[in-house]
Amino acid sequence: MISIKNISKNFGKLKAIDNLNLELNKGECIALIGPNGCGKTTLIKSILGMVLPESGEILFDGKSIKNDNDYRNYIGYMPQIGRYPENMTIGQIINMIQGIRNTQEALDKTLYEQYAIEKMLDKKMRTLSGGTTQKVSAVLAFMFQSKVLILDEPTAGLDPISSEVLKEKIIDAKNKGKLILITSHLLSELEDLVTQVIFMQEGKLILHENVNDLKQKTGEQTIAKSIIQLLKQGKA
Amino acid sequence: MIRILKYVALDILKNKIVIAYTIMLALFSWSAFGLEDNESKGILTVLNIVLLTVPLVSILFSTIYIYNSNEFVELLVSNPVKRSMVWKALFTGLSISMVAAYWIGVGIPLLIYANFATAIMMLVAGSLLSVIFVSVAFLCSTLTRDKAKGIGISIMLWLYFALLFDGLVLFLFFQFADYPVEKVVVLLSALSPVDLSRILILLRLDVSAMMGYTGAVFQQYFGSSWGLLVSFGLLCLWVFVPFYISLIKFKRKDL
Repeated sequence: MISIKNISKNFGKLKAIDNLNLELNKGECIALIGPNGCGKTTLIKSILGMVLPESGEILFDGKSIKNDNDYRNYIGYMPQIGRYPENMTIGQIINMIQGIRNTQEALDKTLYEQYAIEKMLDKKMRTLSGGTTQKVSAVLAFMFQSKVLILDEPTAGLDPISSEVLKEKIIDAKNKGKLILITSHLLSELEDLVTQVIFMQEGKLILHENVNDLKQKTGEQTIAKSIIQLLKQGKA
Repeated sequence: MIRILKYVALDILKNKIVIAYTIMLALFSWSAFGLEDNESKGILTVLNIVLLTVPLVSILFSTIYIYNSNEFVELLVSNPVKRSMVWKALFTGLSISMVAAYWIGVGIPLLIYANFATAIMMLVAGSLLSVIFVSVAFLCSTLTRDKAKGIGISIMLWLYFALLFDGLVLFLFFQFADYPVEKVVVLLSALSPVDLSRILILLRLDVSAMMGYTGAVFQQYFGSSWGLLVSFGLLCLWVFVPFYISLIKFKRKDL
């Protein structure tokens, strides 16, 4: 569904992404992990066309995303730090995005209801706490029944209950056969969600494997332990 | 585009600076016409105020507004919206509000007090000037990511265009007085939109003594109607070029 071919991106001298190749397919739930500053967010932003790679190309359903913007109709994106126009209220933001997307399909309002956004529609974005902003991001990402969901640190800043609600929603989306790409540092949280793991370091792809294969290969029970095991092996 | 424009326009309206700017312009122009007994003296006073304040407010307000819309732009770009569309909507929104403020503030007293043709000329020149400095503000804000730097650049550019330029031309002319530099001076004046608008109006008013040096030479060279056409064309270029450069830069920017 999304193919990434030889993309590289530099910020000054820093190589954020270094000749990366990836193939992401439908129905997979992929964990994108790696140390801070290894290029996860840059990769995600490249897929969204917010960061423009210097070389290589990204294909969405076989079509290059360069000079295209319709493909973003099929992506729901939840940013790591949601940045919204400060003077707009939650209601205005949701209305605006609905107006821009202009989909014929019914909206998915489960998160909207579960997070009780209705009560806060008149609140300005400036006044919201980090967690509430995160909830708004989640509602927007899941609202349009997109085929692809890209979630950058989705549960960071959410309280345990909201976090659980979001996780259920992610599992639900996975069961509907959507492609889900999650970055997170909390490997334990990803445990029962993901089917594949991508590990990046210094802009390079270190590992892209099925979770079961990974566990079998390393003989460990959890993703976290397998990754640590692999890293140790790599160093030894 | 219309949908994005609607949100931009609403947001600018909510920001009360544009309304304050309109009231300020209205106060200036009503009092200028009220105090001067002679119509063309009144127009000259208004002209001088317009040539200073319109560029200043247009460029400063727009630069700050563009930097503050960072989040708005980011939010839209992660959705299925063309980048160029976002930029154009911002530009149109800012231009419309600046021009509207000018029309309400200066336009109404002009149409009441001044001769109709002159008033129209003033309206056109002032509107162009507003849009030009909005366009220059777009260029400034794409030059650097640092807000303070961007605002600094726009203030410098305003100082240069509004105050320094005519002085520089005059200085050059005196330095090279022994050579036939008129053509060069005419060319140079095309480099400043403020000078161009001044010429546009003063050619119409026929008061060359007030024109500043560049205006005098301009009239000598082009005669009135040609001068009008050429300066009008140049002003339009001033709208288009800075915005177009900023659009190209914005399309390649990482958000």
